[in-house]
Amino acid sequence: MYTFSSKLKTFSFVLMILGAIGIGVGFWQAPKTIEDVEKILADSHHGHEAAHVEKVAHDTEAHAEPAHSEVAVVDSTKAIVTDSVHATHEAVDSTAVAVAPVADNHDAHKKETVAHEADHDKEHAEHVLHQLQNKPWAALYVACIFFMLISVGVLAFYAIQYAAQAGWSPILFRVMEGITAYLLPGSIIFFILLVAAGMHWNHLFVWMDPNIVDPTHAKFDKLIFLKKGWLSVGRFLATAAIILVVWNWVRFKFRQNSIAQDTATDNAPYKKNFKLAAFFLVFFIVSESIMSWDWIMSVDPHWYSTLFGWYVFASFFVSGITVIAMITLYLKSKGYLEHVNTSHIHDLAKFMFGMSIFWAYLWYSQFMLIWYSNIPEEVTYFVTRIEYYKLPFFGMLAFNLIFPFLILINTDFKRLTWIVVMAGIVILFGHYIDFFNMIMPATVGDQWFIGIPEIGSLFFFLGLFIFVVFSALTKAPIEPKGNPFIEESKHFHY
Amino acid sequence: MSNKVIHAIYNDDDVLMDAVKQTRAAHHHIEEIYTPFPVHGLDKAMGLAPTRIAICAFLYGLVGLSVATWMMNFIMIQDWPQDIGGKPSFNYIDNMPAFVPIMFELTVFFAAHLMVITFYMRSKLWPFKQAENPDVRTTDDHFLMEVGIHGNEEELISFFTSTGAVEVKVVDKH
Repeated sequence: MYTFSSKLKTFSFVLMILGAIGIGVGFWQAPKTIEDVEKILADSHHGHEAAHVEKVAHDTEAHAEPAHSEVAVVDSTKAIVTDSVHATHEAVDSTAVAVAPVADNHDAHKKETVAHEADHDKEHAEHVLHQLQNKPWAALYVACIFFMLISVGVLAFYAIQYAAQAGWSPILFRVMEGITAYLLPGSIIFFILLVAAGMHWNHLFVWMDPNIVDPTHAKFDKLIFLKKGWLSVGRFLATAAIILVVWNWVRFKFRQNSIAQDTATDNAPYKKNFKLAAFFLVFFIVSESIMSWDWIMSVDPHWYSTLFGWYVFASFFVSGITVIAMITLYLKSKGYLEHVNTSHIHDLAKFMFGMSIFWAYLWYSQFMLIWYSNIPEEVTYFVTRIEYYKLPFFGMLAFNLIFPFLILINTDFKRLTWIVVMAGIVILFGHYIDFFNMIMPATVGDQWFIGIPEIGSLFFFLGLFIFVVFSALTKAPIEPKGNPFIEESKHFHY
Repeated sequence: MSNKVIHAIYNDDDVLMDAVKQTRAAHHHIEEIYTPFPVHGLDKAMGLAPTRIAICAFLYGLVGLSVATWMMNFIMIQDWPQDIGGKPSFNYIDNMPAFVPIMFELTVFFAAHLMVITFYMRSKLWPFKQAENPDVRTTDDHFLMEVGIHGNEEELISFFTSTGAVEVKVVDKH
């Protein structure tokens, strides 16, 4: 039996307390009124010529703004901004190019121009206010969904081991069950966040604003209106509840059967888990796609990508496998899991390597087609990221592809503890940035920075994750017995 | 000096693996083993040095990547720039995403083909080469271990018979 070391427990509590303080400070620091924002903007721009350029960029974003409800105007500026990004001109030239036609369009509406300019500053301030108010919520959301999906990824990996009747892995089942224990607390907190969004306590999901689908309202957005059948708060929360309940139920049954197999006289609990795994994997791949549209893609309600579900899956799947490898190595270093040998670590590292490349393949497949076709509705997604999130957007490629590829390609390196742990830390950090890049641009826009709420949220959920996972590991023998493949797993040698 | 070898023939790969371990433990020199299919772990059991072909593959991949980069830069940027889909080919980096599939494919192409050629050269194989395996049954379902004779011939024969060989022959090798 594993005992939760008091050092690690203290560490997890320190993380949670620091994180909770950080989250609190983040909410407290967020501006409350438009006046606060105007002060922030005045401080930061301070006679900056770029202010107008930024305003133009804002107007071209998906957020429906009354002054620019004319689709033609929005689209033409978008297209020009897009092209200018890829043209070889200097950045200064390209923004100038982008601004000029907008000015022309403004001239075309001369009657409105005066009112326009006055409205603009106020609208801009309101827009920034919403973004800054979203910031602590979005930071919380990124950390919450990331750690919850790690446990979901491990659950899927665990189910694959059962469904494939894998012989090498049963020795690691208790580690995987420990990680999936986080699913219950993780999904409860996550569901509360979704309900908070549904109650309009934040503006993470712009489509939840009832005005946006009201044809008589100034904020009316036709594209979101056409998607109203899917994008409704009731449907959204009901789907989330069903998905989370089934995932948690499956996890509960897996664990129950796995414990029962330890003392069983036959393989009945194992067979139940085999059938459950087959059911779960079918349910999972459908529900995983739906959850990725709902919980991640719908923060950009105008944009869609048909392989988004796979892309998100690859991201949290590789993160989950990495966590299995790291926790296994930690337990091994503490003298537990005596039958785990370097061949098991080698296999996990191969999965880390392979899934990192799989993630990069999907990232590139999504990026390349949209970049090449350059359709304004689609390409804004990447324009926003390249213009405002250049470092995290391209930096994550180094973390998630180049580094793991070069370090884990060597067979011998996959068996070295320090290499696997180092690659694991880099992979987890890179995929955290990946989730950051998926949520932040649509919710916080160009107002992002890594501040107290972002670090606080990461700390809080990391602390909670460590606490829940290692508490769960103490509750059952760390090496399962009775699994028909356990002997093969103990003697696994590659 | 006589160049006699023993041909010990087995009909099961597990028996062969055990025989190899016993032969090595008894310090007899295994010259070669002929098998109808690759036997997992046989190279380690025989004590062969680990393969270095993975290092070659990595280097060949880098060559392929470099060739692709150079080639696309010459074709699409320097020699005949074209404006495709509003993306003028003025420099390499702005058009790089379009070249990634070619860079990837040529990396794989170079790594795979040069690795096969390297393997053939190291194994001294070429088209129309005369087969070297001494017994045609090694292309069907038998495994043959060739061991140099240094010392008592009779003792060796009885040793290999005891390891489970279905047939033990003494052959003059030229």
